[in-house]
Amino acid sequence: MVRGFLRGAGSVQGSWLVSGVVTGACLIGALAVSGGGSKAYTAYTLAVHKTNAIPAFARKYGLACSACHTAWPELNAFGQRFRDNGYQLMNDRDSPIWQNPSYIPVTFRITPNWHRESATKQPVDAVPGNPATTGPGTLTVSGFDLSGMDLWTAGTLYKNISFVLLPSSDNAGVFHFEAAFVRFDNLWNSHWINFKVGKFELDNLVSEKRFLFLSGNGGAYQAYHFGPVTDTSGFTNFGLGDNQIGAELSGHSENSYTRYGIAVLSNTDGAVGLPASQSYDTYLTFSHAIDAGALGVERLGAYAYIGRRPTYFQTSGGAAIPGTGLGNKSFYQVGVAGDFFFGDLELLPLFLHANDNAYLATSTPGNVALPAGARDAKWNAAFLEAHYYINPQLVFTGRYETVRMSQQADPALPSDLGNIDAYSGGVRWYPIMFSRAGLSWHTEVSAVRSRGSAFAATDGVWTSSVFSGLDFDF
Amino acid sequence: MRPKTPVAAWVSGVVILLSAVGPRPGVAQESHIGNLTGHAAAGKKVYRRYCILCHGAEGDGTGENAMWIDPKPRDFTLAVFKCRSTPSGTLPTDEDLFNAMTRGFVTTNMPAWLPLTHQNRADAIAYIKTFSPKWRTLKPGTPITIPSEPSATIASILHGRELFQKMECWKCHGPAGHGDGPSAKTLTDNKENPIPPYNFSTGSRFKCGVTNQDLYRIFMTGLDGTPMPSFADDIRPADAWDLVHFLRTLQPLETPEAAIWKSWLASHAQELKPIGPPGTAQ
Repeated sequence: MVRGFLRGAGSVQGSWLVSGVVTGACLIGALAVSGGGSKAYTAYTLAVHKTNAIPAFARKYGLACSACHTAWPELNAFGQRFRDNGYQLMNDRDSPIWQNPSYIPVTFRITPNWHRESATKQPVDAVPGNPATTGPGTLTVSGFDLSGMDLWTAGTLYKNISFVLLPSSDNAGVFHFEAAFVRFDNLWNSHWINFKVGKFELDNLVSEKRFLFLSGNGGAYQAYHFGPVTDTSGFTNFGLGDNQIGAELSGHSENSYTRYGIAVLSNTDGAVGLPASQSYDTYLTFSHAIDAGALGVERLGAYAYIGRRPTYFQTSGGAAIPGTGLGNKSFYQVGVAGDFFFGDLELLPLFLHANDNAYLATSTPGNVALPAGARDAKWNAAFLEAHYYINPQLVFTGRYETVRMSQQADPALPSDLGNIDAYSGGVRWYPIMFSRAGLSWHTEVSAVRSRGSAFAATDGVWTSSVFSGLDFDF
Repeated sequence: MRPKTPVAAWVSGVVILLSAVGPRPGVAQESHIGNLTGHAAAGKKVYRRYCILCHGAEGDGTGENAMWIDPKPRDFTLAVFKCRSTPSGTLPTDEDLFNAMTRGFVTTNMPAWLPLTHQNRADAIAYIKTFSPKWRTLKPGTPITIPSEPSATIASILHGRELFQKMECWKCHGPAGHGDGPSAKTLTDNKENPIPPYNFSTGSRFKCGVTNQDLYRIFMTGLDGTPMPSFADDIRPADAWDLVHFLRTLQPLETPEAAIWKSWLASHAQELKPIGPPGTAQ
């Protein structure tokens, strides 16, 4: 579960830092004391912007946010087609030569906010400074804060050649590249053949980059980043919601109702630099939508992610040599998801099944014997997310999520260790919505209950967030 | 006993007043596209989400983006539409509007709203029709009949080329169809906004469709609100098809007409008379 946290604070929630020094110290202390292993330690991670709302496009094409987004940043069917076409409206005016010279295709996004984070059953010294008195306690911190910042630039280099460059910072201004790719669109005049290379979001039917949750506990899908508690080494560094580096072949029907994607990816979970070993991950996705009349566009899809990770390295003087990973072991996820509209109500269900090889799940190098009884770790996860659009400028959101271990890698562990239940609810109000910028007052409450603490595997640990911020992009 | 007449007069007056300011008659608040019936009430939501920033809250083409857009958004209050299957000067059918919304307009800011559901688009059309009183007082024109298309031949292409010269299409569209004829810079639409003629050499499709039938329809119905007139009274259907075949050769597309034309040109180029004013070299 350390891996789960690392994912959360790192690439998953890449543009946010842990909320503050005190919070971070508590967290690190908790991890140090416990050796990790509990989702409870995600208590103080914060959500990042998963920015894919780009008013630069609205400015270029003169469209309102609501033309492409159900509520930004989530895409609607029209926005999906625009994205699938390589950020082109296909009106013979997409090439940069048509852009107004004063048009600058750059978007900034940041969210000044107030938030409160709380976690139960955290390792706390009864007598400050005396580790011998460590026991379970509840930690709560709150205050004003900033989110990270995204600096989007995206569009077309030429007709049918599009690009994205997204330098993204945490709230201290430390930048990384969240996305950067070039895409060749409509190859051979077919929208079924598009090819891109770089770092990009997986073509998930339910996008974590364009969703409507920002809080520390609600700002990521637990299902997309879960890992078994026994994988304390972080071997299986992977999050379905993380942007990945690789190449993708994708295509879509003229109205984008039918879509597919095939990606070959470095096994770095999106981290730059050459991979740890010579193997590639593969991601496959397919979805189809139907026109349900007044109800809306109903989409159903499936995906599979298959990857391999090294479990040990060649060494030099006992130290691992980077890039020489050996003993690759496999993991996979398969899932089905939907995006269903019932007029102003949108439901986003997802179900996935995941499997980690026993070596990965028990953090055992491939050149040594597995612990007695060790076996693959298996789990199932599901969520149901609901959005109710009062109008294009006001949306209520809610989500329930569950993760259930179906097989622990270590048979001696409680079968429910690591299980998660997560709840989120919120409202986004867009007081302005036009083609130049976007502003949303975002308020959200979220809570996560995970099974197992640093003190007892049967503990239920609650972490919760209250978040209210002004989410703006320009 | 007080006379009842004043009461009746008040009631009838209120009814008349309400009829003037209240919801518009049902016939104008629906659209009918095939088996679909669009409803203005639902269409208002669609319009507010997708259309309002360009076409404006009142449908008069003065949305907040309008000043930045060229060509300008359509003014629905005039009920004048370019792409119709109906004769010039008449209202289009609901299906014409539906198709225009679905297709979008090439080289403009109007995108193809194809991803919206059919019902959403039908509803939007119903709402658009509430902006002009014409929809309450007039009926759409009767769609023109498009005869079957004869096969393209070099004879039909050459005849179409003669018509292009004779009917002075080149004055706006230019001798090579580049939209650079001598009148091109003087053209304005019905709101006095400059409007360029169609440039056949760059557009991958026409304003009102992509097929030969669509092109035939364009110059037999004209594009209302633009300088492009209807030629329905000026040329015979067979001539119109010849003109279609010639215009296809001006596009940068691999059409059957273009293949015939290139093949013929390879050995006959010097036989062509130039298009344009007398004495013009091609």
